[in-house]
Amino acid sequence: MSEKVKLYDATKCTACRGCQLACKQWNTLPARQTYNRGSYQNPPDLQPNTWMLIRFQEISNGNGGVKWIYRKDACMHCTDAACVKVCPSGALFYTKYGTVGLDEEKCIGCKECMFACPFEVPKYDRETDKIAKCDMCYSRVDNDMIPACVKACPTGALMFGDKDEMVKIAYSRVKELGGDANVYGDKFVSGTHMIYVLPEKPAVYDRLPEKPRVPLTIIAWKDWLKPLSLLAAGGVLVGSFFHYLIHGPKDTSGGDQANQGGGE
Amino acid sequence: MTNHWIDIQYSDCILIMGSNAAANHPISFKYVTKAMEKGAKLISVDPRFTQTSSKADIYAALRSGSDIAFLGGMIKYILDNNLIQEKYVKYYTNASFLVDTGFKMPGDNNGVFSGLKDGAYDKSTWKFQTDAQGVVKKDPSLKDPNCVFQLLKKHYSRYNLDLVSKITGTPQDDLLKVYKEYAKTGEVGKAGTIMYAMGWTQHTVGVQNIRTMAIIQLLLGNMGVAGGGVNALRGEANVQGSTDHALLFHILPGYLQTPTASLPTLAAYNEKNTPQTREPKSLNWWSNKPKYMASLIRAFYGMNATLEEAYGYLPKLDDGETYSWLDIFDEMYKGKFTGFFSWGQNPACSGASSNKTREAMTKLDWLVNVNIFDSETGNYWRGPGMDPTKIKTEVFSLPCSASIEKEGSISNSGRWMQWRYKAVNSPGDAIPDGDIITELFYRVRDLYEKEGGPLAEAINKMTWDYGSKGPDGKVRHLDAHAIAKEINGYFLEDKEINGKLYKKGELVPSFAFLQDDGSTSSGNWLYCNSYTEKGNMAARRGKKDESGIGLYPEWSWCWPVNRRIIYNGASVDPETGVPWDKEHPVIMWDGSKWVGDVPDGVAAPGAGRPPFIMKPHGVGSIYGPGLKEGPFPEHYEPLECPIEKNLMSPQYVNPVIKRFDIDGTDMDQRATCDPRFPFVCSTYRVSEHWQTGLMTRWCPWLAEMQPGMFVEMSVELAKLRGITNGEHVVVKSVRGEVDCVAIVTERFKPFNIDGQIVHQVGIPWHYGWVTTAMRKFVHGDKKPEVFTFGDAANLLTPFIGDANTMIPESKAFMVNVEKKGVK
Repeated sequence: MSEKVKLYDATKCTACRGCQLACKQWNTLPARQTYNRGSYQNPPDLQPNTWMLIRFQEISNGNGGVKWIYRKDACMHCTDAACVKVCPSGALFYTKYGTVGLDEEKCIGCKECMFACPFEVPKYDRETDKIAKCDMCYSRVDNDMIPACVKACPTGALMFGDKDEMVKIAYSRVKELGGDANVYGDKFVSGTHMIYVLPEKPAVYDRLPEKPRVPLTIIAWKDWLKPLSLLAAGGVLVGSFFHYLIHGPKDTSGGDQANQGGGE
Repeated sequence: MTNHWIDIQYSDCILIMGSNAAANHPISFKYVTKAMEKGAKLISVDPRFTQTSSKADIYAALRSGSDIAFLGGMIKYILDNNLIQEKYVKYYTNASFLVDTGFKMPGDNNGVFSGLKDGAYDKSTWKFQTDAQGVVKKDPSLKDPNCVFQLLKKHYSRYNLDLVSKITGTPQDDLLKVYKEYAKTGEVGKAGTIMYAMGWTQHTVGVQNIRTMAIIQLLLGNMGVAGGGVNALRGEANVQGSTDHALLFHILPGYLQTPTASLPTLAAYNEKNTPQTREPKSLNWWSNKPKYMASLIRAFYGMNATLEEAYGYLPKLDDGETYSWLDIFDEMYKGKFTGFFSWGQNPACSGASSNKTREAMTKLDWLVNVNIFDSETGNYWRGPGMDPTKIKTEVFSLPCSASIEKEGSISNSGRWMQWRYKAVNSPGDAIPDGDIITELFYRVRDLYEKEGGPLAEAINKMTWDYGSKGPDGKVRHLDAHAIAKEINGYFLEDKEINGKLYKKGELVPSFAFLQDDGSTSSGNWLYCNSYTEKGNMAARRGKKDESGIGLYPEWSWCWPVNRRIIYNGASVDPETGVPWDKEHPVIMWDGSKWVGDVPDGVAAPGAGRPPFIMKPHGVGSIYGPGLKEGPFPEHYEPLECPIEKNLMSPQYVNPVIKRFDIDGTDMDQRATCDPRFPFVCSTYRVSEHWQTGLMTRWCPWLAEMQPGMFVEMSVELAKLRGITNGEHVVVKSVRGEVDCVAIVTERFKPFNIDGQIVHQVGIPWHYGWVTTAMRKFVHGDKKPEVFTFGDAANLLTPFIGDANTMIPESKAFMVNVEKKGVK
């Protein structure tokens, strides 16, 4: 199965928010009461019930005027995904399309992914004690349909297709645009599966990391220490075995629930 | 639209002015984006930097209500720099026509044209000079000082850059950028289009705003070509259809004039309203009007009366009177109505000066509110400031089916009549509007039969064959196909035309077959050809497009006669018949006939038939003596404006508008150049909501994205008033006030109007005080998740309309903005 990429060309986005609504519709996400806080952007941030949103931002055009720039904020679907790395239950996983899926059944609400994600995408739902995020419409893609947001987009700002093709389109568009236009996403975390064409430098955008990466602590833990810990755990097992051989079984009549829910 | 949505992609330059298409017609940007990918330039002109502006190559800000000055400056630029498409102007417009020597223009006549008396024009000096045979005198060299071209030059010579900039507040550099870019489309083979909406129409000079652009499009040769045209983006899914079918008081279906009391007979009506021409080669299509009127009368009354008798039944307007929305509510306020059907609308929020509208309804004995949701109109009696114990009106609320719960057609902005199918059953007691009307018709008819009354025949002789009938002889359910067929029209007797016999009961193939002798019917001649013996054309879904310019002639049906781009006869060279734009030809001569789009009135190449066949003389009207204000658009200030005088002339406001503030009631207040209301205000829409929000405020996902009333203002104005972003404020006009959340933005900038700093603010008009938050819920009701906040923007708007159409001015009026709780 080839890797799939959703391409968001911000230069063609009019912020009509058809995508934001289509996302809620396909994923049957409820609305929550909002208030106007002095912006069109609403809900103000990603939420357990809002997996994608258009961010509105006003910047100077350097000439006394203004630019109104938009960004579609949702899961970037990293190839080297910190969330998958830290997920202890296997709820977050790589799909056959290279995107990051979420199996809600398996989610134990530990929130590890929230702290790991460089894009602050996963959101914790207190009511369900689970994490929620965009799964790139896995249910649609796996049935030969394009993601709901892409389907809703009237201008062609959103495209969906094979990774190579999308990356190629992104670079040719950036070349055409010139100036500060850039491709965002293919060069870090081993490449994201949502890729942006941005008219402005990434640093200009709110809440957009310039050089997103899997946090070092996670790499340190998961890639270096975890194997060691497994070794250590193996040692414990071997020790236990010998302990059993020598001392016999433990009396469990007192009950032992200590490990339940204590995931970390 | 003279063109259609898909066609926008063939434009070389797209001007969006009086519209925020990116937000309000999002799908249009599919085609705008395509055009831009091919190198087209996008220009956005708007008082506020909008979502549309954010995509534009050029943005220019102008003060609300100064569009004619802005565009007048463009006309001057085009003429000064000789950027017109010369052959087009000479052959296809009335530029060469000579005007009466007594004609005077505003520059020499205190800001008005000759003939103004008591708020109306005597147009006798506006006419063309004619020779002994009645043919219009012309100067093909365009040099005669009385020819239209020279008059145009003279009139707009006053619209110099300096003055235009002072009036509009647009910096001269920005004006020039826009003029320069758009005028490039005057080159042969280039096309420029205008996308406009209510930002142009809802002004006291609304029609003249559009006229100014029409002149520009004619000068640049942009009418009739792919990627060109004058394109109104309609504000409702079916506003095109409802206008075609006579939503407005001054027209009957198919843009036939409403009869007036001074025209007692059909013969007199035809005599007065059928245009004449002595131009030998002009087709003058409206000379067929008597056929269309006769067929319309037959559609109403069938063979139950003679044409003359049936004409007598038609309602007649008093000469010179208007019967618009504003007039209706003005009369209602004065207590002249006992009852009112509010059908598929929400006047308590959508009506200009909503306090007056709401107050007017208190004078009613009864009100019938037909809608799909509860509304501020149905609940006006318990609205803000109302005392239900003092209101006598009995209110009936009739739930009706939504669009997806019934079959029928809608006509979109591109004039496509598209058939739609019923998807789901209506909830509860809701039934289609047509069934409600049918029931109403029978009840009224029974009353007339029982009790008699004036002009009882007008109802009793009416045909109503719209579906299968029950044992009582009455239609049980309205059949949309029966209506569509009646709109197309039937042969009412056997008729031989051009050697072919058409049998009684056959559907008429097209309006060319309609007759003035009463042998045909047609509910709307423009739609004749939409439902023929070949079937329901509107239901077609063919995707073939041999044109290469996205005409898709087999997808639905388009009036007139499936012509997708009207005036397309002007898309070719008048002498050779070769398309101006060879890459995107609309029609082409294949040696024996035209191929491509359905040709618009053109004869063989070089035959000299002028292509604007709906104009008596066959040419486009650079000079348009038909309108109330004059043959050329002239800048006048909005009824309420921030400056003391019109910088263009001594005439302050449009001299021929109906002035409710002078002759009207205590509710018709005006505050112009009044220090209490120092800021210009405009109303507009957001993507997420529709009209007064009746269909969208109840939708949680939409309410979540735009939860309530806001006011957008510049950083400078916020500073002046000590307002911070997100703060609650009150926006007030002399007529009302509304609570808003402040959006302080760089997208509004103060204007420099002749040295004076003028601030402008903007508010959406989608909100109303009725929300489900206040409703009592019975067990089992689905409770709404999200509410909206705020009341109607129209509480602020003035009670004044355009001189020609009476559309209310909601885009330019004066307000104040205050922090909430601060006096």
